[in-house]
Amino acid sequence: MHSARKQKLYIVLSIVLGAAVAVGLLVVAFNEGLNVFFTPTEITEGKVQPNQNIRIGGMVKEGSLVREGLEGTRIEFVTTDYNADIPVVYEGVLPDLFREGQGVVAEGFVDENGVFQARQIMAKHDENYMSAEVKAALEAAEKRKAAGGISQ
Amino acid sequence: MWQWLYKLGSPRHFYEMTTSFLPWLKGVTYFLLIVGLVWGLGFAPPDYQMGDNYRIIYIHVPTALGAMWIYVMMAVMAAMHMIWNIKVADMVAKSSALVGAGFCAVALFTGAVWGRPTWGVYWIWDAKLTSFLILFFVYIGVIALRSAFDSETSGSKAASVLTLVGVVNLPIIYYAAVWWNTLHQPPSELSLSSQGANPPEIWIPAFFTGFGLIGLVFVFVIMRTRNEILWRERRAQWVQDLVKQEAGRA
Repeated sequence: MHSARKQKLYIVLSIVLGAAVAVGLLVVAFNEGLNVFFTPTEITEGKVQPNQNIRIGGMVKEGSLVREGLEGTRIEFVTTDYNADIPVVYEGVLPDLFREGQGVVAEGFVDENGVFQARQIMAKHDENYMSAEVKAALEAAEKRKAAGGISQ
Repeated sequence: MWQWLYKLGSPRHFYEMTTSFLPWLKGVTYFLLIVGLVWGLGFAPPDYQMGDNYRIIYIHVPTALGAMWIYVMMAVMAAMHMIWNIKVADMVAKSSALVGAGFCAVALFTGAVWGRPTWGVYWIWDAKLTSFLILFFVYIGVIALRSAFDSETSGSKAASVLTLVGVVNLPIIYYAAVWWNTLHQPPSELSLSSQGANPPEIWIPAFFTGFGLIGLVFVFVIMRTRNEILWRERRAQWVQDLVKQEAGRA
């Protein structure tokens, strides 16, 4: 290659590499701060102060959702990352996708009793799309399997 | 092959070659878009959780990926312009910026509309959404920087440098949901099996809209580049002849 062209090629490469290194260092320095929520494990490890405004993210634990016996739209449930559990209380409107066994992100704070007082609930969707028919068929197959297991 | 590429580097040849190619490209593009949209919005099965809400992916995913892909193209053109001083490469880069910004805007809008019913919020400052918003601002920055110079050559040099710096954002956007906790889900893994998640029934229409939108990018970029060529070469004899010819036909 022509020497002037070669020099320009090096300039182009050094711009891209320089920017990559600079941003790479920034990203490494900020790493934990770039997370949009804390996990239940991080909260039990004491990474957040009581009454500090944070977001918590995890799964809604199966069988933990309570609506009955509570006033109005109040609900209680447990978030889990399958390592630690944090109870959550919330009053207000829920997104369509909020349900047991699904991801959830909540905004609020942990009170003195270790209960997360949520101001807002967001449902986290996973990257899997499935048709309603296939899902129903899969569930039916699982039920048959479970029933077969008992009779044996 | 090289001869053909070399010819594309000449503004006049680029213009003449695209004159006959453009109608074909438009036809294929419209066909893919219509098939993809009708199939995706009308016939693909509803999702087991989101029902019909999820259909926004047939626009959202291809435009978001497209916005990133246009940026790659723009950066390659900027590098070619800087290294080999190819004028057509600079004109294509200039034409791509606005198309990329438009794709960003559509992806951001459709994402917000989908986010409200699904997540419960239009917007959240997580790593994925924020880095994508930065991509939108980089596009706007590239357009603004280029037009801030009186001289065409200074403007294109400055825009090329900023374009190359912005490349660093692309892997961050793509892997944001993998590297950090985000509300946005990570990229889906497509499955060939109909029994399970992400079956072909759901993603095949997305390929039609995806390739249709890529075609649309080429249509827009080529049309804008042709205008740019006519403007920059307005004093050349072949453009003057072309104008006279068109005027005579009218």
